[in-house]
Amino acid sequence: MSTYPLLSLAIWIPIIAGLVVLATGSDRNAPLARMLALFGAVAGLLVSIPLWTGFDIANGGMQFVELKTWIPRFNINYHLGVDGISMLFVVLNSFITVIVVAAGWEVIQEKVAQYNAAFLIMSGLMNGIFSALDGVLFYVFFEASLIPLYLIIGVWGGPNRVYAAFKFFLFTLFGSLLLLIALMYLFIQSGGSFSILDWHKLPIALGAQIWLFLAFLVAFAVKVPMWPVHTWLPDAHVEAPTGGSIVLAAIALKLGAYGFLRFSLPIAPDASQELSGLVVALSLIAVVYIGFVALVQADMKKLVAYSSIAHMGFVTLGFFMFSAMGIEGALVQMVSHGFVSGAMFFCIGVMYDRVHSRQIADYGGVVNTMPKFAALFMLFSMANAGLPATSGFVGEFMVILGAVKFNFWVAFAAASSMVIGAAYTLWMYKRVIFGDVANHHVAELSDINNREFAILGVLAIGTLWMGLYPQPFTEVMHASVTDLLRHVAISKIQ
Amino acid sequence: MFDNFVVPDLLPAAPELFLAFMALVILLVDLTVKDSRRTLTFALAQLTLLGCAAIQLFTSTGDVVYTFSNMFVDDLMADLLKLFLYMTVIVVLFYSRGYVIDRAAMNKGEYYVLALFATLGMMVMISANHFVTIYLGLELLSLSLYAMVAMNRESVVCSEAAMKYFVLGALASGLLLYGMSMIYGATGTLEITGIAERLYGGGVNKSVLTFGLVFLVAGLAFKLGVVPFHMWIPDVYHGAPTSVTLFIGSAPKLAAFAIVMRLLVNGLITMAQDWQAMLIILSVLSMAIGNLAAIAQTNLKRMLAYSAISHMGFMLLGITTGVVGGDARFALNAYSSAMFYVVAYVLMSAGTFGVILLMARAGFEADELDDFKGLNKRSPWFAGIMLMLMFSMAGVPFFIGFFAKFAVLQAVVAAGYIWLAVVAVLFSLIGAFYYLRVVKLMYFDVPVDPSPLSASMDMRVLISANGLAVALLGIFPQMIMSLCAYALLRSL
Repeated sequence: MSTYPLLSLAIWIPIIAGLVVLATGSDRNAPLARMLALFGAVAGLLVSIPLWTGFDIANGGMQFVELKTWIPRFNINYHLGVDGISMLFVVLNSFITVIVVAAGWEVIQEKVAQYNAAFLIMSGLMNGIFSALDGVLFYVFFEASLIPLYLIIGVWGGPNRVYAAFKFFLFTLFGSLLLLIALMYLFIQSGGSFSILDWHKLPIALGAQIWLFLAFLVAFAVKVPMWPVHTWLPDAHVEAPTGGSIVLAAIALKLGAYGFLRFSLPIAPDASQELSGLVVALSLIAVVYIGFVALVQADMKKLVAYSSIAHMGFVTLGFFMFSAMGIEGALVQMVSHGFVSGAMFFCIGVMYDRVHSRQIADYGGVVNTMPKFAALFMLFSMANAGLPATSGFVGEFMVILGAVKFNFWVAFAAASSMVIGAAYTLWMYKRVIFGDVANHHVAELSDINNREFAILGVLAIGTLWMGLYPQPFTEVMHASVTDLLRHVAISKIQ
Repeated sequence: MFDNFVVPDLLPAAPELFLAFMALVILLVDLTVKDSRRTLTFALAQLTLLGCAAIQLFTSTGDVVYTFSNMFVDDLMADLLKLFLYMTVIVVLFYSRGYVIDRAAMNKGEYYVLALFATLGMMVMISANHFVTIYLGLELLSLSLYAMVAMNRESVVCSEAAMKYFVLGALASGLLLYGMSMIYGATGTLEITGIAERLYGGGVNKSVLTFGLVFLVAGLAFKLGVVPFHMWIPDVYHGAPTSVTLFIGSAPKLAAFAIVMRLLVNGLITMAQDWQAMLIILSVLSMAIGNLAAIAQTNLKRMLAYSAISHMGFMLLGITTGVVGGDARFALNAYSSAMFYVVAYVLMSAGTFGVILLMARAGFEADELDDFKGLNKRSPWFAGIMLMLMFSMAGVPFFIGFFAKFAVLQAVVAAGYIWLAVVAVLFSLIGAFYYLRVVKLMYFDVPVDPSPLSASMDMRVLISANGLAVALLGIFPQMIMSLCAYALLRSL
């Protein structure tokens, strides 16, 4: 165990770096702003890595715990800690931040300092969400992270960005406000504690549990997003700049899913069992129906956005199987989706930067002019479709295995998504990459430069590593997931 | 004739006496001021307020002290509210200065003297323990404000706003007086602590009392500006010169909170069931109408007026949850949350109007929403300050507005009114829309007028401090929260 407050560093280094970047001011200092941002992001990643290397895999409880009083008036503490469920996301988030800063290096030419600062601040806040063990601290990070993303979509987004930014903000705020009331209810019920770990032990009657579960469900379902509250995501993705899409897909969507594991299941276990049918049904609709919706998209970003919803459907499905296989599979799927969807959005961004279109119809035969790009895009498309040996396969396979034990038909429906996923991803790939050169825009394309190659290369390594040797990812979560399941199996009704 | 005349203890009222004396001195001194910027008058007014703060700190004993035959009370709640009041007025006068200098009709010594008299009125309200004292303070405040609204004589809009304010304000005073007279009829005393004792003793005519209570609440609702007694707020906020809107929109909320506490909590706590039911209705209506109507506005001052209505509605939630089924266990928690809310609101409101004043120039008001278009291009720093203020008003962390809402909601949930908390957050969600719109205008749109801002340095520094305070107190809200709780603990 390290004596440094690693989690605090992982939260505050990016935020302070963001403020410093902001202070560089106008675009005359853009090169400086970029360098500082990269430095901040890399520093954030460096302090996160010891969380993984120093993690005690036999311990299912909280590690790297920090506890200080914050607002004694309401017994609110600055209480941080990670377990096997949350640790990987802190690392993933810090990693993605580096990618995002690099992804916007040449593309963003306006308000460079503000752009990078927004991402750094958001990165810190997201690390805060994953490591907060105090309900209010969690909520504060959870809601504050809306502000930078709202600005990112609204300032650097596409033509319909205002609508998308408002929709994103108001949808997610709606969910989180109900969460706030649930937190206050728990505060009163627990006799004045905001500690999430105390709430895990708190006995609650079934009626109250169901209300709490529903409040959590609304809050987290909007964030995940689950069908039918997913409609903000395609809009936000389409209008967001590439970096915004990457963060949104790779990290922001994980917040909701993480909330289920940290709040819904352990705080309201009986209601979770009681209402698991509802969540499973919503998840299957996301997996199957949204999969078909993705199939008919003409806009590449929208297609990948819908595919994200379908993949997140797998995640929520895995959680509510109440088996170690299901939950670990879902967690692997979350991390994998962080790599794969981030890479997919980056690939679309690469093409968009050159052609300024995201319509599939505007492309064709890209392989002729961008062979290196086509090869890497192929890998990520395969991973998105869940091909074995890529990270996309491991998680989906584990969830489906878990589902077979749960109910055969659920597993059947879930498995059908392997087919649909392959269909929409590969069909898009075929139309964009293969065939004859569609028009003079494609003919004039230049292949990816070293920066783009490096970014995609790193993501490719991550994808293959998880696909071929997932052990380092699964071993850290095992003890915590086992503890969680043991906890969920015990009724809290007294 | 003077046999039983006792010289009252003047010490508890020392700040009030000092302020009254100094206001008169400044009025005289101003006759000799030649400087067209009225630097001396301004400086004296500010020094007076600082002096009041010093006297307040120095004379505060922390105990509840009555003087002037129990008409005046000095307790920790009063001390704290008055300190916040001085601070607010000092900030308000600083913000107003540039605006007032640019407008010849307002650039008179009377502007500062009226502001001081209004402050005196608020101080009297805060320390009132008698219906007559409350009325005295209220009228001193109101008459000063009517005059301040009308000071820009050349402007028809300002005169119209002053007239509306005067007529409706007089009506509200009438309602309040009528209610007070009924309560006097029922209890036989005008002294607030006396009323509480009589009611506690029982045997009071309940129907007369309730009748009086209805009028009293209506009068208070007028002064707070909550629905359905809110009609004056948008017109006055919109019509008044922005520096006066800033004054009306900030400091008097502290005084209004104080008289609600004095009348309803100190005086009529045994009737809590009755007035809480009324306040819940007022509060829900205010949040609904305030937030919905704010969406439709194109003028920022008018939008902030509706936002003020919704904020006062939210604050009332804290007051409605003090007594649950005759159990006053939650009282301290509830009332201190409301007090924290008011203080937070005043801080945010002062900052927001401050930014409008910062952007205003001679002959240009900068109060239309479109005037904020592309502010991020013109001045990223002040766009950032306004952004923090807007998110704070919307109740998004890490800003003080979040913890203000948090404290009140927590009191509401603790009292068991979960449905009310849900209603409150749903209206906050609607409210978030129009605050977000201001951010959208500043950040997503291109400026109509690309010229950089031309405000003076002290103004820039102070507004920056105000904005940063909203953020820093949002990260460390403990101090003010516990100050409010402690002050009420020692006063109730």
